[in-house]
Amino acid sequence: MANKIIAKDLNLYYGAHHALKNISMDIKENCVTGLIGPSGCGKSTFLKTLNRMNDTVPGVKVEGTVLLDGEEVYQKAVDVTQLRKKVGMVFQNPNPFPMSIYDNVAYGLRIHGIKKRIVVDEIVEKSLRGAAIWDEVKDRLKKPALSLSGGQQQRLCIARTLAVQPDVILMDEPTSALDPISTMKIEELMSELKKDYTVVIVTHNMQQAARISDYTAFFLLGELVEYGETSQIFSMPQDKRTEDYITGRFG
Amino acid sequence: MNARNSFDKELEKLHMDLIKMGSMAEEAIEQSVHAFSLRDNALAKEIMEGDHQIDDMEKQIEAGCLSLILRQQPVAGDLRKITCALKMITDLERIADNAADIAELSLMIRGEHIREMMRHIPPMAKNSVEMVHHSIDAFVRSDLLLAEQVISQDDTVDALFCKVKDELGEILRRDRDSSDDAIDFLMIAKYLERIADHAVNICEWVLFSETGIHKNKRIM
Repeated sequence: MANKIIAKDLNLYYGAHHALKNISMDIKENCVTGLIGPSGCGKSTFLKTLNRMNDTVPGVKVEGTVLLDGEEVYQKAVDVTQLRKKVGMVFQNPNPFPMSIYDNVAYGLRIHGIKKRIVVDEIVEKSLRGAAIWDEVKDRLKKPALSLSGGQQQRLCIARTLAVQPDVILMDEPTSALDPISTMKIEELMSELKKDYTVVIVTHNMQQAARISDYTAFFLLGELVEYGETSQIFSMPQDKRTEDYITGRFG
Repeated sequence: MNARNSFDKELEKLHMDLIKMGSMAEEAIEQSVHAFSLRDNALAKEIMEGDHQIDDMEKQIEAGCLSLILRQQPVAGDLRKITCALKMITDLERIADNAADIAELSLMIRGEHIREMMRHIPPMAKNSVEMVHHSIDAFVRSDLLLAEQVISQDDTVDALFCKVKDELGEILRRDRDSSDDAIDFLMIAKYLERIADHAVNICEWVLFSETGIHKNKRIM
């Protein structure tokens, strides 16, 4: 499997706080990569470096390299909007816009200048299908997105991400606010999505990481302690700190 | 603070239960060899009657392991330990079964003239008992070196079993009237050979529990 993203000697500071310490990690294309670790370990920070969501944080300083398809993400010339189109993101709490289901998905397209009705219709349907929510909303596309359940809203947000045809989807605890059935639907969806996209997910749910990710990275105090195949990490971790964390001895 | 006190206590209890079942199986095989060698019928009957205790122990440990899997969803070292326990108890139960089989045969075995000629059964018994003993020790102490030694020792038992077969073949060729007795001796030798195999299995699971590798392969 080819490397989609390569982070090399990545350091990130929030003011004086050294939040990521020399992270080097290759993220495989068309795989789900799970990032785990206790709160404050740097996993969400790392996720956000991949599409420069940290840029907006005051006092942030990034050193090192993040390559997406071999191109440096932190080059000055990089158009951050284009980058975020290519590397989409889904957050912990579903955050649909206060507009219709249809408009939520079409929003990104319009921003990027796609306005032709027939094209937009087609992409909206394809995205909603891709996010496994089409059958539930196809008869009420004009209804407010906020009328959907939490799980449906989260899948709508995934559809909104898919609409702009990203390569990579970042997910920051996408199911932590959802009930078990909605969680299962999102997890099922992830195994479908990885056929066409590269998925990186932060999760606090150890079983979820074991279920859905192909590769797992364990972060602790800003360091990448261990990274490898999920089956290896959860059966025979090499570092005692990984073992202690995944077996619930701390964190 | 360790957030998993109760889980650790349950794992500790599992470990103690396995040691207990191990020593029960070990005692059964030692005593059955004793009953066979000394023709001690009372002891043989005692072993046969005691076998159900080991069966009960197997069921109890099995239920405990399944409950831990259900409630704790173990991973890494915890999962390997519980897997090892689930596999080990099958071998321990079989060792005890084979010990009871030997005890049963020793009650009915005749052919004292054959016994005289079976020079290789006593060393077979000695090796098999020793392998069971060491396999339990390897588990208790997580002693990987000892586990490897037990696995190697199996070749000795297999070689002795071949010699026993040769000896019995010779007896059958010379004395057809002794065939029933000869078969009983062969069965005893076969049980001893199987017991050694179960000791090997236990050691392979001990190695897996510590290294994640089973028979030179990563299985999880």
